[in-house]
Amino acid sequence: MKAFEFASPVTLDQALAELPNDVAKRDSVKLFAGGQDLLTEMKEHLVEPTKLVNLKRVPGLDRIELAPDGTLVIGCLATLGALAEHAETKNFFTCVAEAARSVGSAQIRSQGTVGGNLNQRPRCWYYRNEHAPCLKKGGTECFAYSGLNKYNAILGGGPSYIVHPSDLATALVALDAQVTLRSAKGERTMALEKFYSLPSEGDVTRETVLEPAEILTHVRVPAKSGWQSTYLKFKERGSYDFALAAVAVAVKSDGAPRTIRDARLVLGGVAPKPWNVPKAAAALVGVALGSAEGAASSKRAGELAVVGAEPLAHNAYKVPLVQGLIVKAIEALAAR
Amino acid sequence: MENKSHGGVDLSRRGFLKSAGGLAAGGALGQGATAAASAGLLGDGVERASGEVEIELTLNGTKRKVKVEPRTTLLSVLRHRVEPALTGTKEVCDMGSCGACTVHVDSKPAYACLLLAIDCQGKAITTIEGLAQGDTLHPVQQAFCEHDALMCGFCTPGFVMALSACLDAKPNATLDELKEACAGNVCRCGTYPHVFQAAVAAQRAKQAGGAR
Ligand SMILES: Cc1cc2nc3c(=O)[nH]c(=O)nc-3n(C[C@H](O)[C@H](O)[C@H](O)COP(=O)(O)OP(=O)(O)OC[C@H]3O[C@@H](n4cnc5c(N)ncnc54)[C@H](O)[C@@H]3O)c2cc1C
Ligand code: FES
Ligand code: FES
Repeated sequence: MKAFEFASPVTLDQALAELPNDVAKRDSVKLFAGGQDLLTEMKEHLVEPTKLVNLKRVPGLDRIELAPDGTLVIGCLATLGALAEHAETKNFFTCVAEAARSVGSAQIRSQGTVGGNLNQRPRCWYYRNEHAPCLKKGGTECFAYSGLNKYNAILGGGPSYIVHPSDLATALVALDAQVTLRSAKGERTMALEKFYSLPSEGDVTRETVLEPAEILTHVRVPAKSGWQSTYLKFKERGSYDFALAAVAVAVKSDGAPRTIRDARLVLGGVAPKPWNVPKAAAALVGVALGSAEGAASSKRAGELAVVGAEPLAHNAYKVPLVQGLIVKAIEALAAR
Repeated sequence: MENKSHGGVDLSRRGFLKSAGGLAAGGALGQGATAAASAGLLGDGVERASGEVEIELTLNGTKRKVKVEPRTTLLSVLRHRVEPALTGTKEVCDMGSCGACTVHVDSKPAYACLLLAIDCQGKAITTIEGLAQGDTLHPVQQAFCEHDALMCGFCTPGFVMALSACLDAKPNATLDELKEACAGNVCRCGTYPHVFQAAVAAQRAKQAGGAR
């Protein structure tokens, strides 16, 4: 790791004052939360900031609270471990707790934070190899496109084919989460889904619309009474790993047998951002959970979820994998 | 990953290691020679540190002053910057992927290779050397001995720290929870079956009101 200055502000305003406005300088000053992604990037010389702004002395940013209206408010410094164990999150926002628990290992979850998880950089091995000057690092070529692309995108790819690595993002998008971004000039709030950008949409070297002078301070998940949700992640290595593919499913149901009235379906590990598939989710509406008709609608949702998929040479397996995960996730909800 | 060249890029592991090593050494030399050491408040209320600074860490219950740079990891402090060195904490991948460097930070398991020492001030750090109470081994240590849960032993301190953190927080942990607790630890000798046996035995010993 190259040497850097370590600045520890004690208020959010002080932290914001440390950040550059200039896009050209965005990688010279980095926010430091749990460091579980950033330090690996620095050790690999993928980013060599001259200053780290340590967020952990700013009090209050690690809170997880249920607002009076039932909204779940998660501070950016809440650890994944705390979120996975948080009782109300487990009960009412189940897929979020499950996704947090699926991240890395106990050691990563005890330090890794929600803000860091949502802002982590891609795991594509060409990006992670300092000798590969790929598109993501300002180069001219996505080596994964014609190279070893087993772990890359089947949906939404081009010109870069990374998949977004965050488990939490997939689950939070399924529950219509909003993020608050603060800068010295003020605050803006947007749907987490809109926070992420495709490589074809904006700056190909970034995954989000976060400005260099902004901090993601909070995530808000609206109350969803009558909803149930689950996060299902398939890993190549059982013990701990990033998702080869994952699904977050949320359904609102009522009656007996329970009939689905509304649904959300978001795919992870298959696209450069959490891949929301509202048309596939709509195929689930109106059918009873656990019925024969329900099984058929899950299959139908699987077909709709991968519309437009363009697998690369080594990742066509992700198409049936994600379809199988959708069926299993809905079965799991029916069994609850 | 396979060692293949794509788009004219040398992706071989050797090429990578050679150049990474060169960069690290160059960085360290330049830094030592030129940077002015500084730490403290500069009027704006923001604590800043650069160059070499003295910090205080609480290691196994003892306060220790140690000189570090902001980039110095806790792992590097334990193994190279305290006297006597705490080399029970192992360095293997240095990238948060193997678990050999697992310590407790405020009772939670953490990879010492992914912690900045300067950020560990004010926290209680326990290493494998601090786990036993005098001559009484932690139940997990005792069970590892009794169940022969190691071969070469290089991964062992990490496994013991991961499992002891779990059992200290959750004395009723199930086998699945114990497996989850050490999922971030890798054993090249493949001792997992004995490790899990030892974990369950330690859990029983703890429940039976054993050592602790
Ligand atoms: C072995 C290993 C396994 C892992 N497995 C998984 C996995 O299975 N699933 C998964 O999702 N992740 C995984 N990760 C990635 C990552 O470590 C975790 O997701 C963790 O949550 C990152 O959080 P952090 O607080 O440590 O982030 P940091 O490393 O501190 O920060 C990450 C990035 O986010 C920026 N950032 C941090 N906080 C903010 C903020 N509030 N506002 C704006 N930007 C911010 C930082 O500047 C940095 O660029 C793994 C990492 C390792 C090393
Ligand atoms: S040396 Fe820290 S996890 Fe491998
Ligand atoms: S006992 Fe040899 S690595 Fe685990």
